[in-house]
Amino acid sequence: MSGLRVLVGCKRVIDYAVKIRVRPDSLGVVTDGVKHSMNPFDENAIEEAVRMKQKKIVKEIVVASCGPSQSQETIRTALAMGADRGIHVEVPAGTDADLQPLAVAKIFSKLVEKEKPDLVILGKQAIDDDANQTTQLLAGMLDWPQGTMASVVNAADGRLTITREIDGGLEDISVSLPAVISADLRLNEPRYATLPNIMKAKKKKIEKMTPENLGVDITPRLKILNVVDPPVRQAGEKVPDVSTLMEKLKEKGHL
Amino acid sequence: MSLRSATLLYNSAKALRAYQPVAVACKRYLSDTSFARGIFMGELREDELFPYPDVLSEEQKETVSMMMEAGHAFFQETNDAAANDANEAIPEDQLDQMRALGMYGLMVPEEYGGIALTNTMYAKFGELSGEYDLGIGIHTGAHQSIGYKGILLEGTEEQKAKYLPSLASGEVFACFCLTEPSSGSDASSIKTRAVLNEAGTHYVLNGSKIWISNGGIAEIFTVFAQTPVVDAKTGETKDKMTAFIVERSFGGVNHGPPEKKMGIKCSNTAEVYFENCEVPVDNVLGDIGGGFKVAMKILNNGRFGMGACLTGTMRMLITRAIDHANNRKQFVSNLREYQGIQQKIARMNLLCYANESMAYMLCGNMDKGAPEYQLEAAISKIFASQSAWDVCDETVQILGGAGFMKDVGIERWMRDLRIFRIFEGTNDILKLFIALNGVQDIGKKLKSAGTVGAMMGLMKSKFLPAAPLKTKVHSDLAPSVDMLRGDIAKFSVSVSEQVIKHKKKIIEQQVLLNRIADVAILLQSMGAVISRSNTAADKGDTSEITLANAWCADSHRRISVLLEEMASSDVSKIDLAILEVGRKALDANGYLAKSPVGV
Repeated sequence: MSGLRVLVGCKRVIDYAVKIRVRPDSLGVVTDGVKHSMNPFDENAIEEAVRMKQKKIVKEIVVASCGPSQSQETIRTALAMGADRGIHVEVPAGTDADLQPLAVAKIFSKLVEKEKPDLVILGKQAIDDDANQTTQLLAGMLDWPQGTMASVVNAADGRLTITREIDGGLEDISVSLPAVISADLRLNEPRYATLPNIMKAKKKKIEKMTPENLGVDITPRLKILNVVDPPVRQAGEKVPDVSTLMEKLKEKGHL
Repeated sequence: MSLRSATLLYNSAKALRAYQPVAVACKRYLSDTSFARGIFMGELREDELFPYPDVLSEEQKETVSMMMEAGHAFFQETNDAAANDANEAIPEDQLDQMRALGMYGLMVPEEYGGIALTNTMYAKFGELSGEYDLGIGIHTGAHQSIGYKGILLEGTEEQKAKYLPSLASGEVFACFCLTEPSSGSDASSIKTRAVLNEAGTHYVLNGSKIWISNGGIAEIFTVFAQTPVVDAKTGETKDKMTAFIVERSFGGVNHGPPEKKMGIKCSNTAEVYFENCEVPVDNVLGDIGGGFKVAMKILNNGRFGMGACLTGTMRMLITRAIDHANNRKQFVSNLREYQGIQQKIARMNLLCYANESMAYMLCGNMDKGAPEYQLEAAISKIFASQSAWDVCDETVQILGGAGFMKDVGIERWMRDLRIFRIFEGTNDILKLFIALNGVQDIGKKLKSAGTVGAMMGLMKSKFLPAAPLKTKVHSDLAPSVDMLRGDIAKFSVSVSEQVIKHKKKIIEQQVLLNRIADVAILLQSMGAVISRSNTAADKGDTSEITLANAWCADSHRRISVLLEEMASSDVSKIDLAILEVGRKALDANGYLAKSPVGV
């Protein structure tokens, strides 16, 4: 199997190491002046595509991101990791938090129409909204088979064998192409971009478009009512002996 | 960077012997467009100072930010500075990762397989080794900042095409071979010789070099040797220095075991011997007899990186010290509440700010194609190495006993930092270089004005207020600007008076010359922080003005003391008395006093 064309999605999210703060209006989180980077699961998705290219299964990797102008940096990172060209579907800054999985899936289905890839690889979810919906929605819209939460992907005889991480174990499935798959954390260990590849990435093309160009209405269908911090963990208390412990547990209804 | 091989300066070494050659040497490649040189002339050269250079395009900024991310990941996840220090080596598989990352060809043009960074981009990336592992910085710096820099700057197209690709990829390493057992700061005294063979095809190279960074692992050597050169006018044959590109594979190249060092231990340092090593004539680097110029060009060009690199070190140390001060409770409160600690933390921040401001002004001006930057480079090198040492010393002090413990990880920085005041031109020699350059400029000016004219000029600058700036500077910076204007004028007058007083013998007045250099360094730093904070304020960030004003006020106070000392006959007497102690001790071959307990 060789010569596949792959479309990979990547999202610019608040960096995993940043301490999230809720906005004063309680309708979102603070994003201004906060470090952003590529969604970690999307790094897995790109890494898998690059490895498939190294194995000559894949011929071309197109990476696409929907987001504000800074999403270009995320695309540039993907290009430095080994993607061949980029597509930036730009939405105005500030509205990107309202870009919901349904809208993203519609955008990607239009990109699939345009690019005609044999395979779409997405991260299983973004670490900002943790929706885990885009892959499934996209597969439905395209009427393509889906392999979600992939931890191993093997290509042979025009099909993909995908090991999925499910509750209580692993599940192997086989899908025909074209297909949509979503990457889990254990799929691979994403590489770091090297300096020469960062320089090369500067010369790779990033095509710009908007949801309107693609004829997609991105009006949010869900309304955020309230965002709150997780409850602060209460301090524990020390008990002198086991019998007091048992008493306390009974008192609180844990026994 | 290489140990002591870099410890010299053509101009100042010459200048130490005679006054005149400095003038000739400087004139050769100096045009008069340097802010630092203007200081001696009593001029505040605004065009050189404002605006603070902003040389990176948006695209370059994005590239640097991606590179920094890759670099942080490497240093955090792969490199183990403490292990490198303990093992006195960099693991072989890690060298492979550094090759893959592209760390060996940062400034090589892309056509030769490098990534063609500008000086500013290179400097910023260099902060990473400053932040994590100076030994790695020396290993990569010895390779690209001086090891093959000569090929990059002076090589022919053929030489570049032949050597740069494998050097840029890190497939082979390079080193810079200048220093010899009897030739350190005084580089012109090297004894290594290269003589053309009878066939005229090869130079036969003999001699030994010491303290060569990467000397034990390099394949490519930039070697400086004396070659007999016939003077076209007199017909006399004289030895002149020539630079060569030497491959280990030429034969006759050997090296000693890795030297045991105080710090930067993972970098390889070794003696290198050349024994009847046959170097093809095509491997002469630059002109025959032009080796000095090549060496100085490499060192001047390589010097800019230290200021940025050590910014990384200082920033990291400041964070460590502040973390301790904010969390360590002694007596009634955390250390942060005590003035003594606040003062140290403030001083560390100001030193870092002044250093960073000078470092990036230098790189920025180099990137803008400034023809002259050697005084600025020397000042930046001195200031960076001294202030990083001071910041590290205070960090250890703030951490107290913890700072002294190996596992806490500060002591390694102290050991690693010590060499920076020594190599790439010792700070002592570089100070003389700065002072003598300025003194010589003033000497020329005085000479051309004639005695009467010179005195008139001096009186005028002494009693007339300095001219106002034409640049619009943020009003909050006005006191600092006034101090800088006033101090530059006073300094120039003061140095002129000393030149008139000592005439050519000023060259022997090293105590005086050191004070002159100290003032020049402070004035340069004031200019840099004013320019930087003003440009930041223009862009809407006025927060740096506090830093700039604090630094300038403190520098102004120190300059006033230094200028007073220069003019005071009482201080001269004290100086003489102290020098006398030194001479007596030297004569006595040791400590002068007997034990007070009589045993």
